[in-house]
Amino acid sequence: MTDEAGLNLFQQQEANRRRTTWLVIGFVLFFAWLGFGGDLVYYLGTKGAEPDAYRHTFPWFGLLLTGIGAGIARYGFSTGPTKVLWATGATEILEPTTDKERQLVNVVEEMAIAAGLPRPRIWIVPDADPNAFATGLEATHAHIAVTHGLLDLCSRDELQAVIAHELGHVKNLDVRLMTTLAALVGAVALMHDGTSRLLGRGLRLGGGRSGGGGSRGGKKGGLGQLAIILLVLWILSWILAPLITRLLAMAVSRKREYLADAMGAQFTRNPMALATALQKIEGAESPTSTIKQGAAHLCIADPLGRRTNLREGRLSNFFGTHPPMAARIARLKGMAYQRLKTEEGWSPATG
Amino acid sequence: MGGSLILLIVLAVVVLYGISAYNGLINLKNQTLNAFKQIDVQLKRRHDLIPNLVSAVKGAMDFERQTLEAVIQARNQAVAAGANAGPGVMKQVAAAENQLSAALSRFNVVVEQYPQLKATGNVMQLQEELTSTENRIGFSRQAYNDTATQYNTKQQQFPTNLFAGLAKATPAELWEITDEAERAVPQVDLSMKPKA
Repeated sequence: MTDEAGLNLFQQQEANRRRTTWLVIGFVLFFAWLGFGGDLVYYLGTKGAEPDAYRHTFPWFGLLLTGIGAGIARYGFSTGPTKVLWATGATEILEPTTDKERQLVNVVEEMAIAAGLPRPRIWIVPDADPNAFATGLEATHAHIAVTHGLLDLCSRDELQAVIAHELGHVKNLDVRLMTTLAALVGAVALMHDGTSRLLGRGLRLGGGRSGGGGSRGGKKGGLGQLAIILLVLWILSWILAPLITRLLAMAVSRKREYLADAMGAQFTRNPMALATALQKIEGAESPTSTIKQGAAHLCIADPLGRRTNLREGRLSNFFGTHPPMAARIARLKGMAYQRLKTEEGWSPATG
Repeated sequence: MGGSLILLIVLAVVVLYGISAYNGLINLKNQTLNAFKQIDVQLKRRHDLIPNLVSAVKGAMDFERQTLEAVIQARNQAVAAGANAGPGVMKQVAAAENQLSAALSRFNVVVEQYPQLKATGNVMQLQEELTSTENRIGFSRQAYNDTATQYNTKQQQFPTNLFAGLAKATPAELWEITDEAERAVPQVDLSMKPKA
């Protein structure tokens, strides 16, 4: 955490990419354990059963969980991007009419050039709190929305930096990544709730049924020691699953924010502009009420303006979609410092 | 039997990797070419914008003829240089564009001196357009350099470099500032020593 600020922008990108990869691998493995791990335990438990008894050979549980996840993800993919825009009441800029709008369109075009992307569609959210977000599943069909408050608050350079951060999200396909993770978290939560409700009812209904199930489970030494250990681990995993999957998804989200900051710094070659923009946004107290929590991970700053951004508490950090502002600003300043020190860059603004 | 199966799997992995490395290089090559063309597009935008700008301020800046004429002249030279642009005459194009940049920045300084001119909506809009165009040129060069660097690195790194010949990948040149004056770091003397 402390030496992060000593990295230049390309090293920052590299470091955050690597971390997301590991986090996502961890997430997928945990998800697979929750699903197919249960099948494994059941398989081990019924392996030694009598020939005519039930043997668990087909991993229906893992497939069911994966299927639910895939279904939610599919739904999220097909409705998510447009729904977010619709929910904020954003209006698209087709022909800019005011000076500010003209500037915004120009800035977005400039940053699209710097990012090597086609120009995204531009939307304005009628909200006085400064914030911005990007959405769209493909880098070539993206949307960028900014609030009125942001347009009023930021200078041209700062606006550019914010747009660059959002285009960083677009280029990294973060919408797709976070929608998928959110769907898997949702699938786990759904199964968790369903199972605990079923279990609760089953216990209340009495032992008659569960006794029958138990005899099927194989009293005849079917459950080996390994299977029992795995079963306990698996049940424990499920008890903690909603929490763990959420924490992992949030951790990925925070890494993606750092990555988008570093991408933005690459596009503008001006990390300090984003640092000052973040300072200004943090200074504006009010939450962005028009942006719903579902789109929080795509914003430049957490729309709720949660206390995690203000106080660098240890525990509260784990639940934020965004890293603490102070940490982001410190890293951006580090990038600016590295840039000054090496003087390897050329100034894009003067061409 | 087992041995040949393993050999087959290893072979398949190598072939699959080769295909993806080859495609990656081709992809980067085309991206680099596209990024290079983008610079041209933005330069053209600048050339088209200048006549509008000049005609908007002509009336109010009659007494600054020299500055305006310098801009127009530099613009025409840049257009002429760009017309027969090719890999060989890159230097000429860059020189003409740098001249135009210099003329435009002098023009901007002059406009700053006329607050009533700046207040006119039209001029303000055109200035925003000019700022944006200058930025776009800068950013398109930066994007080209970033892509070209990525392309060059991939060509040199092991094991992608084994497929560089197959993909006919050759190192792409980076866009550099050719004008010595632009590159020079401004010398600021803060030592407060009396000049000898």
